[in-house]
This record gives sequence, structure tokens and C-alpha cells, in this order.
Amino acid sequence: MSLLHFELHDFRGGIHPEEHKHQSTELPIASAGIPSVIVLPIGQHIGAPSSPVVKIGDKVLKGQIIAEPQGFVSTALHAPTSGTISAIEPRPIPHASGMSDLCIEITPDGEDTWIEHHGVKDYLDTAPAELVNIIQHSGVAGLGGAGFPSHIKLNAPAEKITTLIINAAECEPYITADDMLMREHADQVIKGIEILVHILNPDRCLIGVEDNKPEAINALNKAMGTTRDDTHKIHVVPVPTKYPSGGEKQLIQILTGKEVPAGGIPADIGVVCQNIGTAHAIHNAVVLGQPLVSRITTVTGKACAQPRNYQTLLGTPISHLLKLAGVDHNQMNRLIMGGPMMGFTLQSEDIPIIKTTNCILAANHEELPNPELAQPCIRCGMCTEACPAQLLPQQLYWFAKSSNLEQVEAHNIADCIECGACSYVCPSNIPLVQYYRFAKGEIRQANADKIKSDRAKERFETRLARQEREAAEKEAKRKARAEAAAKKQAEKKAAAEASGASTNTDSSSTTSSTEAPLPDMALLQKKLDAAKTAVEKSKEKLAAAEAEGSDKAELFKNAVEKSQQKMKDAAKAIADARKQMKASENTSSSHANEKGDPNTPERLKNKLELAESRLTTAEERLAAAQAENSDKVDAYMTAVNAQKERVQAAKDALNSVLANSNTPPINETASVAKPSPNIEQLEQKVRAAQTRVDKASERLEMAKAQGMDTIDALQLGLDKQKSKLADAKKQLEEAQS
Amino acid sequence: MKLLNISSPHATRPGTTGGVMQQVLLAMLPGIAALTYFFGMGHIIQIALAVIVAVGAEAAVLYIRKKPIGFFLKDYSAVVTAVLLALALPPLTPWWITIVATLFAIVVAKHLYGGLGQNPFNPAMIGFALVLISFPVPMTTSWTAPTPILENAIGFSDAVTLIFSQRETIDAYTMATPLDLYKHKVAVATADEITLDPIFGSGIALGWEWVNIAFLIGGLYLLWRKIFTWHIPVSYLAALTACSILFGWDSDRFVPTSLHILAGATMLGAFFIATDPVTASTTPLGKLIYGAGIGLFIYVIRAWGTYPDAIAFAVLLMNFAAPFIDQYTQPRTYGHAKAKRGLPGKE
Repeated sequence: MSLLHFELHDFRGGIHPEEHKHQSTELPIASAGIPSVIVLPIGQHIGAPSSPVVKIGDKVLKGQIIAEPQGFVSTALHAPTSGTISAIEPRPIPHASGMSDLCIEITPDGEDTWIEHHGVKDYLDTAPAELVNIIQHSGVAGLGGAGFPSHIKLNAPAEKITTLIINAAECEPYITADDMLMREHADQVIKGIEILVHILNPDRCLIGVEDNKPEAINALNKAMGTTRDDTHKIHVVPVPTKYPSGGEKQLIQILTGKEVPAGGIPADIGVVCQNIGTAHAIHNAVVLGQPLVSRITTVTGKACAQPRNYQTLLGTPISHLLKLAGVDHNQMNRLIMGGPMMGFTLQSEDIPIIKTTNCILAANHEELPNPELAQPCIRCGMCTEACPAQLLPQQLYWFAKSSNLEQVEAHNIADCIECGACSYVCPSNIPLVQYYRFAKGEIRQANADKIKSDRAKERFETRLARQEREAAEKEAKRKARAEAAAKKQAEKKAAAEASGASTNTDSSSTTSSTEAPLPDMALLQKKLDAAKTAVEKSKEKLAAAEAEGSDKAELFKNAVEKSQQKMKDAAKAIADARKQMKASENTSSSHANEKGDPNTPERLKNKLELAESRLTTAEERLAAAQAENSDKVDAYMTAVNAQKERVQAAKDALNSVLANSNTPPINETASVAKPSPNIEQLEQKVRAAQTRVDKASERLEMAKAQGMDTIDALQLGLDKQKSKLADAKKQLEEAQS
Repeated sequence: MKLLNISSPHATRPGTTGGVMQQVLLAMLPGIAALTYFFGMGHIIQIALAVIVAVGAEAAVLYIRKKPIGFFLKDYSAVVTAVLLALALPPLTPWWITIVATLFAIVVAKHLYGGLGQNPFNPAMIGFALVLISFPVPMTTSWTAPTPILENAIGFSDAVTLIFSQRETIDAYTMATPLDLYKHKVAVATADEITLDPIFGSGIALGWEWVNIAFLIGGLYLLWRKIFTWHIPVSYLAALTACSILFGWDSDRFVPTSLHILAGATMLGAFFIATDPVTASTTPLGKLIYGAGIGLFIYVIRAWGTYPDAIAFAVLLMNFAAPFIDQYTQPRTYGHAKAKRGLPGKE
């Protein structure tokens, strides 16, 4: 047996806290039995939580799968005993924050009936890939504390594994679960290690045990005599007792002298590290075919009448174990899951035992007194001497305290393993690790915020560029339209003059030319209305999309343009139809008025009224366009001016005729009085505008509350809507007066 | 049943900052005993006076700052500052100088900067430097001659009279310190001639050698108790020794190495003043640089300056540099190929 062949390498720092291990090693491991209820959190490991495959009321057998792994970094969950699924709901889980998560509750039937299971015949003859598959589906996750799914470390690592390290250091005070496991089940542990060696085929396998466990070391060496592996790769290596020698990085340093690169994993330096409890679970899974349904948990502390180790079914409530160990609740001051250095306090005894629960520490006031008030840091540097990661804890403390995240990161806070050695030695009783957790959280938050703000910035810039591009396109279109309109206007004028002349000279020819069937005005109006609604709708969508900064905004924009085009077409169709009808009216009136004098006062009056109503419409449109800041303002302006001229011309004509016929001129006020628009309609308009303003301001508030970057755009929209509302109100007032 | 809810670690090593300070006070006892034996009761009176003033001033400032007085007085830091200051002052310093120095150390150098742990400069040395610059005559003429060479030893009542009231007879008791004497005589005399002076005794410097050895013993005790690490005292003494050998190898022309190491406040400075953790560098390499810097400055000021000793100015000068040194001497963290050094973002 090669005990002394290994050159051990010390790690820097470390502490020697009181061990308190003997209390729980006096008695052998006992079975904790079947509790009255089993509660299994679905996320007992690092990675994606398992997904339940049972429903309430299902009968399950011991070892039956109840939750499947979700993806690669995940593992399965099995029923720890036979019984009925009585609930699948969120429950408090073992977590420092006391949070809740989805749990499967089983009411045991007390029979503890196993599902049919069998191990592989000979693990040394089984393909490694198949063994890894068995391990994954047996729900084996690191039993040491982190709960990393074991199969991942075994699954064809990218680097060649030269050294397999079995972590049996168990350096934390009070905990003796691994110690007792090695003492009582050394044979199975060694078999489990043989399986690991068979899978990874390393050059050597080192079992690191702290030298304060001589019984365990002896038991392992004895079991080594029965090993079937004849390669002599496996060695038991006692390492000096010093906390935290059981930290993965520290144990690797002790046994190999190499350091796991910062941000890397042990496989980067050809090392895989597995906990000894995990090796035992792997033995059970492969040799016996039993999935991970129970583990050894130390129940200790001065509040316990009889501290000892229990073979505990997963999901057993802590209260069950505390009762077995005879805990005096009046004495219990702190209830800790894990050890006194890295464990976390529990607020409830209903929390279940999970795969990573190696210890329940029910401490009284004497052994873990309430923390003293922190004194000022005097930079004594004892923490620097204790830090196993060679950090500068007191510098980190000062920087964390002042939220100087840049300096905290520059001092490598990411490499802090939160072992607690610094806090342990601090003469000022400063809870240093708490400051580091705070700083780490702040850094995480700052990084997340930075990603978010970068994305928002990018989005904003893209939007700005798009808006500029669109504005340029619009400008070009507007110019083209203005030219077309001018041309049309000229054509119209010419045509109107020509038609006027023809009406005057030859009414019969006009009659024949306007014999065409009249278009259906109602139908056209309907079409126009539909188009208007479509425009309105698509505009709303666009606004919403823009407010959200959605990338669909572009799409909606197109839709708006399309529907606007449709609306314009419809409007044009109606205008055309009106023109036709007017023309036919003209002709019919000219038919009726056989004399055919277009300059009768009645006719001129009609003409004037028509021109005035057109002017009103044009003015309205112009106002709307101005409110919308539309680029059509210019066009409307021209139209309004033209219309005004026409009204003036009509008035002049009428007046001259009336003057001729000695009729008094038309009352000026009456003539300019707008044909009173439908008040009801205007009221509706005001109401609609009000609703829009309300909606827009609501959206703006929301955006402000969330600190979104669309505030400016929304503010602009709101202002527009407000001015529209003001216009509508004004119109209504005018109409009412 | 109310369960305590706090984050790990739950186990802590018993002990407080006050405990650390008490260890320091304990370690100063041999030095105080040696000083008293060789230089009379002056230091005992100075210590008593300084401690009373320091604790009173600390309590008053804590009251003004609305801090819990009892909680902060328990850390003994004011007592340590007062004792260090009293040990640095000449034993027959007039009482009002001691009070001014102590008040300045506690109120200005410590509390105006934020109290314990926040002061960039060693408070005791600030107090000392203030009175040394402000009142140079009483500060340089108040060192008693070693008791063995005095005709009439200074009794307790003599010391009280000299410190608190009549100073007319003081010249009968005082004498230049060996460091000062040697420096001034070496220009006109050889080493053999100088050391004939009874102040050098039969060894290196009568009384002083034992005082320094006593402080060395106290310092080694603190080192053994892991109150501080070896870095600062070792590099401090190494630099001072190296400088005195390099520049002053000829004892006929320069103060010899033995006198540099075992006379003056060398050991008090090495183990009790330079190691003040609040104002010193904190990284292992930084401590080496910091200590060496103090050693170097001590030699420079002793050799070419006009003051009799140089601990206070050397320490204060390096206090300035400590934060800067720390930033550039970070240790290599586990898993990193290289140490990160310098200001963040400027690597």
C-alpha cells in the first residue's frame, strides 16, 4: 500500500477551527426510518430542475422515477419509498434565502416496496458510456455540497484525465457523514471508485482523506486489499488537517500541486474530482441498480441529546431527524444545514433533506453564540493570512463596503470561494463573507444592467437611423406628390375652363357626354369608412410597436402606408363620383333651365355655397394636417388658397349679377357662416380624441415608471394627440356658437 | 422558538480588536521596564499622563460624534496610541507638551479622519512630529542620562517636579542621546575617542542596548502570537542595516551599524510603530517595501538630517505611500497565472 509515496503540496492560508467531530462518531450509522411525509424539491442539483412525470394520486414504488432530467445538465429524481403522490406544489426548499420551489410530496405507505431493479453483471466489462447513462438515470449528483450532476464530469471530458481525485477530506467541523461512510462501507466505496476509474481511465486515482480520520483511512486501506482492479492506480492519501482542504481547488492543489485556472474547471488541468459519497451512490446505482434515494446525514450540535449519523431517505423533513436525535428545542439557537463554516441557517424544521444535505447542525447558544457587534477594521491582515485563495480580504471588504465594484473586481472577488476563513479569524468580528456576497450580487446586477442598456442603446440608434432614412424617403415622396398635384391642378383648371365653355356654348353635347351611369355613392362611402378604420387601426398598432421598441414597427409602418393609400383611393373615388354627379346635376339643371343662363342669381348662389363648403373642408383638412405635422400641409395650404380664390370669384360674380338686378347683396355674415357641421359628430370627435390622449398619457406613465427608452417618442405622440383634441374642441365650440 | 438567521460562517475564532491591542500593550512591558530602569520614572509618568488624556479625549470625541463610548473605548486603541507616544517622548518632556501631542494624536490624527481604522497616518507619530517641530528645545533637551552614570538617580518625586513644575535643575539630569552625540562628535574625533564617553558604557550604548533588546523581545512575542507578520520588522531592520553598512562602514566617520540597530527607538519603531496595521501596507510584498522604505528613511534622516532620531518622520513618509504600494503589490490569486497589479482598468 502506498501511503507515503506522495509528495503533498500545502495550500496558502487556511485555519484550524475546533473540529467537534467526535460527538457524532460515537454511534454507528442508524436508519432514520420512513417519515410520515416525504417532500422532494425538483431542483436538488446544479442545472435545470427535473420535470415531474407523476400526478397527484399516483401510486409509486421505491426507486420509481418521478421526475425526468431536463437537458444534459440535469438529473433524474426517484421516489425514496413506496406510497402515493399527495401534492405537487411549491414548498419551502433548503436554500439560504428560505425561498419556495416546486416539490413533489409523497405520503409513504410504510411498505417501502422496491421497484424491480438490478445492477449490471460486471461493471468492469460494461462499456463506460453505458455506465455513465446508468449514473445519470440514477439521479446521482455530487453529494459533497454543490450537487453537480455526476455524469457530466464523467462524460468524455475534452481533456485527457490524468488524475481522478476522490474528495474524502471532510474538512468542515462537526460533519462526519463521509467519515462514517468510509468506516462502515469501505468496500462499496472502493467499488464505486473502481467504476469511476473504469470510466475515466486516469493515470492515477487519489483518495484524499484528512489525517484526523484514522479509522476511515484504515478501513479504506483494508478494503483496498479486496480490490479487483489490478492496476494499482488507486491510493489512499492522508492529507494534513486544515480547513478548507476539502475545497475542490484546495484538495487538487494539495494532491497535485497544480491550480485550477481562474474561471476554468479541474478538467482543464487533467483532473476530475468526485466526492466519496458520490462514489458510494455510483456503486449503488451500478452494482445494485438502486437509484439515489437516500444519503447519510450527520445530525449534531449541543442541542441534540444524541448526535449521530442517519441513513436518511431524501425528502425526509428535518423535524423527523431532530426528533430522532432528541433535540431540545429550548436549547436550539441556530439550525444550520451544512457545517458551521459554509452552511446556511434554516427558519423552519419542515425543510426536507436533499441530495446535498451532509449535515444538520442544531447548535445551542454556548457553541455558536450570537455574533458580536462588528468593530472597525484595523487592517490587521489576519484575513489575508487565512485566505486559501490568496486574496486580500480586508481590501475587498473596504471596496465592497464603499460599493467600489471596479476595485472589487480588480481584486479578484470572483475567485473567492466563500469558505469563511477570513470571517473566522477576524478579531473585529466583521461578517466579511457577507460583504463579498453583496459585492458579487452587485457585480452580477451591474453586468446585467450593462447588457440591457447596451441593447437599448443599440435599439435607439437603429431606430434613429431608420427614422432619418424614412424622413428622407418621405421628403422625396412629398416633393413628387407636390409636383404631381401642381400638374393636376393645372390640368383641372384647363379642363374646367374647357368644360365651362362647352356648357355655355353647347348644353346638348354636355348632356350626351354625361349620360354615363351614376356611381353608387353609398358603396363608395362605405369603402372609404372601411379604409379609414383600417388606417386608424394600423396606426395604433404602429404606435404600440414603436412604444415597445418592437422590431415589427417597420412592418406596421408599411401596413399604415398601404391602408392610407387605400383610403386615399377611396376618397378619390368618391370625389370623382361627386364630380360626376355634380356634372349630371348641372346638366339636368341646364336641361330644366332651357334658357340655359348660368348667371342667374340662384345658380351663382349655389355655386358660392358649394365653393364655401369646399373651402371649409379644405381648411379642416389643413388644420388636421398641421396638427399632425404632416407633410401634406403645403399641399392643403395651396388647395385652401385656391378654394378661397374661387369663393371670392363666385361672390364677385353673384354680387355683380345681383347689383345688376338690383337685388341687395348677400349678407356678408351669412355668406361666411360655415355650413354648421353636425355638432354630434364633432362631439364624438372630441370624445375620441380625449380617449386617445388618455391612452397616450397612460402609456407614457407606464414607460416612465419602467424607465423605458421610448419616453421621448411617447411624449411626442401625447403632445400631438393633445393638440388634436384642442382643435376638435375648438371646432365644436365654433359649431355650437 | 426563534431561530437565528444569519449567513455563514457561523463559527468564529474568539477574540476582539481589544484583545489584539491588549497583546500589544503586554508586549511593550519589557521595554517599559528597561526604559524605567535605565532612564528613571519619567516614562511611567508620561504614560500615565498620556493615557488619561487620550482616553478622555477619545470619550469626548465619541460623545460629540454620537458613537457608543463604552463600545469603542473597549478596543484599547487610544491606550496603545497614548503609550506609544509616551514611549517616544523624552522622559522629562514638560507636561503640556505631552498633553498637546496626545490631544493632537487622538482628536486630529485619528478622529478627524474617521476614527479607528480610517486614519492614514500613525496618530502617535503625528502627535510626536507636531511637538518635535513646534517645541524643538524642550524636545531635544529632555532625555535623561542613563541612571548608572548619574550621581543622584531620579526619583519619582524628582520626575514629577521636573515634568510638571520646576525645570531649572533639569540640566543636572539630562544628556544628549548616544546617536546624537556620536553624530556630532564623529566630525572631530575617532570612534575610539567617542566611545570613551560614559554614555556609551562598556557595550554599545549604555541602557539603550537593553531597551532595544527588551522591545525586540516584546516584538518577537507579538510575532509568535501572529499579531503581525515578519515582513515589516525584517525588511525595516534589513534596510537600516544595509544602509548603515553601505554608507557608514567606517565607524570613524559615520555612526556604526550597531548603534543604528541598538540605540534610539529602532526596535520600538520596528515592532510597535511601523507595524501599526491601520497605516501600514497590507500585502505581503507591500509590507516588505513599506518596511524597507522606513529603514531607508531612518538612515537618511539620522545620517544627514538635524533631528536626533528619525522613526516618526520615516514612518509618516511611508504612511503616505502605503495605499499606493498596496495597489501595485497584490499577491497572485489562486488560479491566476499572474498577479493583477496597478489601478483597475489600466492594465
